[in-house]
Amino acid sequence: MHFTRSYVLPAIAVAAAMLAPPALAQEKTLKVGGLATLEGVFAKNGEDSMRGIDVALKEYKNTAGGYKIELIKASSDAKPETAIRAARKLIEQDGVKILIGPLSGSEGLAMKDFAKTKPEITFINGTSAAQDTTLRDPAPNFFRFWTDGAQWSWGLGEYVVKVKGWKKIAAIAEDYSFPYTLMLGFALDYCGHGGKIVSRSWVPLGTKDYASYIAALPTDVDAIYVALGGGDAIAFLNQYQQAGGKAKLIAGAITVDQSILTSKGKAREALLGTPAAQPIADNDDSPAWKTFAKAYQDAFPPDQRFPTPSLFATGYYIATKAMLEGLNAVKGDLSNNHAAYRQALSKLKLQGPTGEITLDENRQAIAPNYITEVVEGPGGSMINRVIKKTPPISQTLGMDRAKFLAFGPVGRDNPKCN
Amino acid sequence: MSVAAHQDGAARPAERARALSIDLPSLAVLALLILLPAFTNRFVLTEVFGLTFAFGIIALSLQFLAGYGGMVNLAQITVAGIAGYMVAVLGPNTMGFGLAWPWWAAIPIALLLAVAASALIGLLAIRTDGIYTIMITLAICAAFSYFTFQNYEIFNGYNGVNGVTPPRFFGVDWTEPTAFYYLLLAFAALSYIAALYVSRSTFGLALQGIRDSARRMEAIGFNVPAHRVAAYVFTGAIAAVGGILLTWHNGRISPGTIGVGAAIDILIMAVIGGIRHPIGPFIGALIFVCLSTFAMDIVEVVIPRERFKLVVGLGFLLVVLFSPDGVMGIVDKIRQSVRRNSSA
Repeated sequence: MHFTRSYVLPAIAVAAAMLAPPALAQEKTLKVGGLATLEGVFAKNGEDSMRGIDVALKEYKNTAGGYKIELIKASSDAKPETAIRAARKLIEQDGVKILIGPLSGSEGLAMKDFAKTKPEITFINGTSAAQDTTLRDPAPNFFRFWTDGAQWSWGLGEYVVKVKGWKKIAAIAEDYSFPYTLMLGFALDYCGHGGKIVSRSWVPLGTKDYASYIAALPTDVDAIYVALGGGDAIAFLNQYQQAGGKAKLIAGAITVDQSILTSKGKAREALLGTPAAQPIADNDDSPAWKTFAKAYQDAFPPDQRFPTPSLFATGYYIATKAMLEGLNAVKGDLSNNHAAYRQALSKLKLQGPTGEITLDENRQAIAPNYITEVVEGPGGSMINRVIKKTPPISQTLGMDRAKFLAFGPVGRDNPKCN
Repeated sequence: MSVAAHQDGAARPAERARALSIDLPSLAVLALLILLPAFTNRFVLTEVFGLTFAFGIIALSLQFLAGYGGMVNLAQITVAGIAGYMVAVLGPNTMGFGLAWPWWAAIPIALLLAVAASALIGLLAIRTDGIYTIMITLAICAAFSYFTFQNYEIFNGYNGVNGVTPPRFFGVDWTEPTAFYYLLLAFAALSYIAALYVSRSTFGLALQGIRDSARRMEAIGFNVPAHRVAAYVFTGAIAAVGGILLTWHNGRISPGTIGVGAAIDILIMAVIGGIRHPIGPFIGALIFVCLSTFAMDIVEVVIPRERFKLVVGLGFLLVVLFSPDGVMGIVDKIRQSVRRNSSA
């Protein structure tokens, strides 16, 4: 056994020494990190996020504020710790100065806390949409140019009660910060208009077998609210149909995302006619959306993208665009820990694919939202048709900040509504 | 289950003494590791070597149980997780979550609870053998990670606890990368020496005897269950130290850190490194950390970036394919062929 000590360890040490990177970037190149989930439940969504970044960089010809932008991509799997490890690699190994991401709710919460330990880096959120990433105890160097889950839900509750007449529902959602946020936004509105949520099933992220949850869903309800994303949504919808489930569905934004509407198999059929609220709509006929959708379609061959950009591509596109516009506004001045740059970002009036986006005092986006319905689109596809576009909605859902904060942090039973 | 080969178990006293004395090559390695901060950047220091040490310590606790005790315990990550969670919840964190006790109260209690948990897991697991031990410990691991996943009162659910940093003690700011690297290096070296020492102690030899034939050891008067539980307690302490260091390293802990995936990762580290010797888990951890950190940069040239996990998997497959005993097995093969050639 001495052999091991005499030969293996020196070999490791030598190998390790070789790992030490030469570093030092070229002049006038700015390294930017792009972090999304290329693994796990949200892999499809993460791939589309990366496309969103690429579309924005292409639009700006990879230059802003006199810099050539060098994008370095990294992956996580929707777990907070994986996202932080990836962020550390981007910052400490690759030397990025600005980081775009992450994708998933609890990743964002962790990233906010991590951002506080890296005051020299500017963080621009991707599509992570948990509420307290910006609402409570925000980080001064963390910007979110995309709305949160509660904002995404806005308007749906009223629509479901008044137009659909569904006053009693059950809910099934993933058990973490983002679906809690979705649920809060939906329930405040829904219960405020007299709706009742009689049961809520919270399933762990990445659940494959929904049999027991489906069996436990009450049958004497008008509809089921589903807030599951990526692979989870597809697994649930398949198993729900196999179990003979026929209830009407209401979807939390990402459940009717293009990543699910383009999935193979029967899952998507269950979604036909499903109302949802979300920050984009596939058949939005505004010029801004059409321009963006065309840029997306032109950038990738049809088999390497969705028919229209998903919520995730759009969110990352907006984040990247904000990053570039900010650089242009200060002509590339990143001195003094990005002070001028951050000031410019805070004041940005960003013309996004869905309209103008501005930030509040917590650096959280105020942006328009859509009420949509899943319909059959051209060529056998399925799309979210616009029913109504709501004007820009703030993170406090139009309420006074103190009053909104009094609802307390998002959670499984907030708000109570039974 | 006699997972490990037996030549190591039959260490004679002279060999024991020799093994624990400091020889020149290991001094050289130690010197290299001590000098490492002078010629690497912060990332390689903490994210490659720091993480290797933290994972290596936890994998070492599995190596000891599996290699010397013949008990493959996948719940070592659970013990590590209990210690990590307790430090996060009992001690201070930036979320204002938990009790915010000072470190000198939080750390000993965290260690104590983790070791007690390990003893309990041991009491349960030693009633089983071989693959059933793997199954019951895997079940414990899954149950505990799902519990932390769904419990918000103590463990803060899926979000876990953010902003857990090493405390200041002895007047040193241990959050500073170089200081933290040395802290990890010190505990890795201590755990390694402790495992090596105990493996060659009377207790360690008895444990290896039990691994090879529990019935014979019982017949000559050894208390087999007591030895096995003691092994769980000893390795539980190592895993707990690793868990606290891992939590400090990540600055946080959440259910994903201690889930079934993480338990398998620890097993992979121990297996690809080799479970015959305490250095194996550290080699395995280094390979694991390097592959999972840099695979994405390697693959960019060969296959689409999204497929980088393929490289990680292939790397492990190659090691196991060429040597069922892990990297240590390859080393042994080379050594034997060298010896054969020189004697011929």
